[in-house]
Amino acid sequence: MRIDNFESPDLYQVDDLLSDEHKLIRSTVRAFVKREISPIIDDYCQKAEFPYYLVKKMGELGIFGPTIPVTYGGGGLDYISYGLMMQEIERGDSGMRSTASVQGSLVMFPIFQFGSEQQKQKYLPKLASGEFLGCFGLTEPDFGSNPSGMLSTLQDAGDHYILNGSKMWISNSPKADIAVVWARNEAGRVKGVIVERGMEGFSTPEIHNKWSLRASTTGELIFDNVKIPKDNLLPHADGLSAPLQCLDSARYGIAWGALGAAMDCYDAAKRYALERIQFDKPIASFQLIQKKLAEMLTEITKAQLVCLRLGQLKNLGRANTAQISMAKRNNVEIALHIAREARQIHGGMGITGEYPIMRHMMNLESVVTYEGTHDIHLLILGAEITGIPAFK
Amino acid sequence: MKILVCISHVPDTTSKISFTDNNTKLNTTGVQFIIGPYDEYALARAVEIKESVGAEITVINVGEIDTEPTIRKALAIGADNAVRVNAFPKDAFFVASQIASYAKSTTFDLILMGRESIDFNSGVVHSLVGEMLNIPSVSPVMKLDLNGTKAVVYREIEGGKEVLELSLPFVAGCQEPIAEWKIPNMKGIMSARTKPLVVVEPVAVEEESIYLSFELPTAKSGCKMVDASTPEKLVELLKNEAKVI
Repeated sequence: MRIDNFESPDLYQVDDLLSDEHKLIRSTVRAFVKREISPIIDDYCQKAEFPYYLVKKMGELGIFGPTIPVTYGGGGLDYISYGLMMQEIERGDSGMRSTASVQGSLVMFPIFQFGSEQQKQKYLPKLASGEFLGCFGLTEPDFGSNPSGMLSTLQDAGDHYILNGSKMWISNSPKADIAVVWARNEAGRVKGVIVERGMEGFSTPEIHNKWSLRASTTGELIFDNVKIPKDNLLPHADGLSAPLQCLDSARYGIAWGALGAAMDCYDAAKRYALERIQFDKPIASFQLIQKKLAEMLTEITKAQLVCLRLGQLKNLGRANTAQISMAKRNNVEIALHIAREARQIHGGMGITGEYPIMRHMMNLESVVTYEGTHDIHLLILGAEITGIPAFK
Repeated sequence: MKILVCISHVPDTTSKISFTDNNTKLNTTGVQFIIGPYDEYALARAVEIKESVGAEITVINVGEIDTEPTIRKALAIGADNAVRVNAFPKDAFFVASQIASYAKSTTFDLILMGRESIDFNSGVVHSLVGEMLNIPSVSPVMKLDLNGTKAVVYREIEGGKEVLELSLPFVAGCQEPIAEWKIPNMKGIMSARTKPLVVVEPVAVEEESIYLSFELPTAKSGCKMVDASTPEKLVELLKNEAKVI
């Protein structure tokens, strides 16, 4: 079992810009990761098994919906706190961060933002505590980057709705107790509904043989004439902008999370470079290794500053989609690059399960694709610059 | 039941230690401070007692304002209120005098702390506090079970353990595995914001010691490998170079 001695780099003394409470939250989640995730994660990844028991523990820790008000079981914390939590969890594993992101940003956030008071009281405390696991159904087999083309339908049948269609690449789905699902009504408007496990015609087959996010569970959502009670419609969600707001929230967390994965790869590479002897001296003595480490730290430092400023803007309610897209795109890209360079520094050992590098690298291949692909985020930024959307 | 838990504010175990002011002070630049790990076990046991039989936990720290984040963490873990004695903790006698002075003002059933702090490691504060309050002190305590007004403690001794029954109140210097080390949760961190943290001024204590200077231990030298076929070489090195035989 790997001993986790992780320490985060802080070349620009960014810590001085955090409050004492932020630092306590970060050290708390880091301690949780060292105790609960690092000792087991490589084994679960190798077995491609979801450590479901951690859902309850993450709920007890308070990382599900930390920005949701305390009255609904949330933490009532700010967005920098949320970002630091995602950084630390993904430092442990992107799959675990995915579980937390989906629960907080894609299930609790839409219920809080678009749900009725009754829905908030019914679902949010159970999702916050980890008693319930949730998932989010937007992507369909033929509609990923183009969610507006979705085929799932929600028909009014008098005292209930009828939901038909299918969703694909859904994190948490095989174990989820509820799903927040987006479908078009008769008028063609995108609407959100809460689907509960056990509803007739609702199934969640698992997607197997992933080479990425192997410790996270991913599946489909299939709706075959599922009767949805009218009380389960999210009353304040109307149109595609509602699920896109959820994605903004999740992408914000991913920007921080990817930074965590990058930090872990850098930390592992630095330690290995100082310990590994070749030509009678540590490989850290060689200029090409120092170049890799220096470039890694440069990119991590830039990403730290981007995250912190974006967090400040989120706290002020001023973070926009383009800013979030830039942060998500940049930070995942640098994390992937750092993982690859760290793999090089580790030599052959880098491909083994003794080190976290390959696990992070494979995970990040999903992270660079989900929640808006690398290229789509480029186009979001392009549209911001030119005013001309180039998506189609 | 009222429990007083004494916590120290010490450099994280991974800190790189250096000195300033002509080697008379720790250089705190870039050093992360934490609750003394042994103190944290004492706090964890207090929280377990609170959860099982109910208790009010007060944490006390002797330190300047920069120790407050450490105190807030103790509140996040489960202490109900906190006291900071507003003074630099000069030495064990000074710290013990402050704790004893505060403890005299309020009656505590149990005073818990770590077996030693991990900065100066004097390991005598619990004994001093017990003496100053004229109550028993026991250390290092690995297990502590309460039964009404009595407690059974397991104490580590050379080559074994000692089991003692004591009447409350007493002072215990704690170490693992007295309790499961606790990670606070977000609710605890939020509630710590509003829990009372009272600052009291120190009582006057005669200066018992002055630090003249600190120095770091000699850096570890490299490991020498001796071929298994030449044990005489090993004996020669141990005798003449390491001078241990």
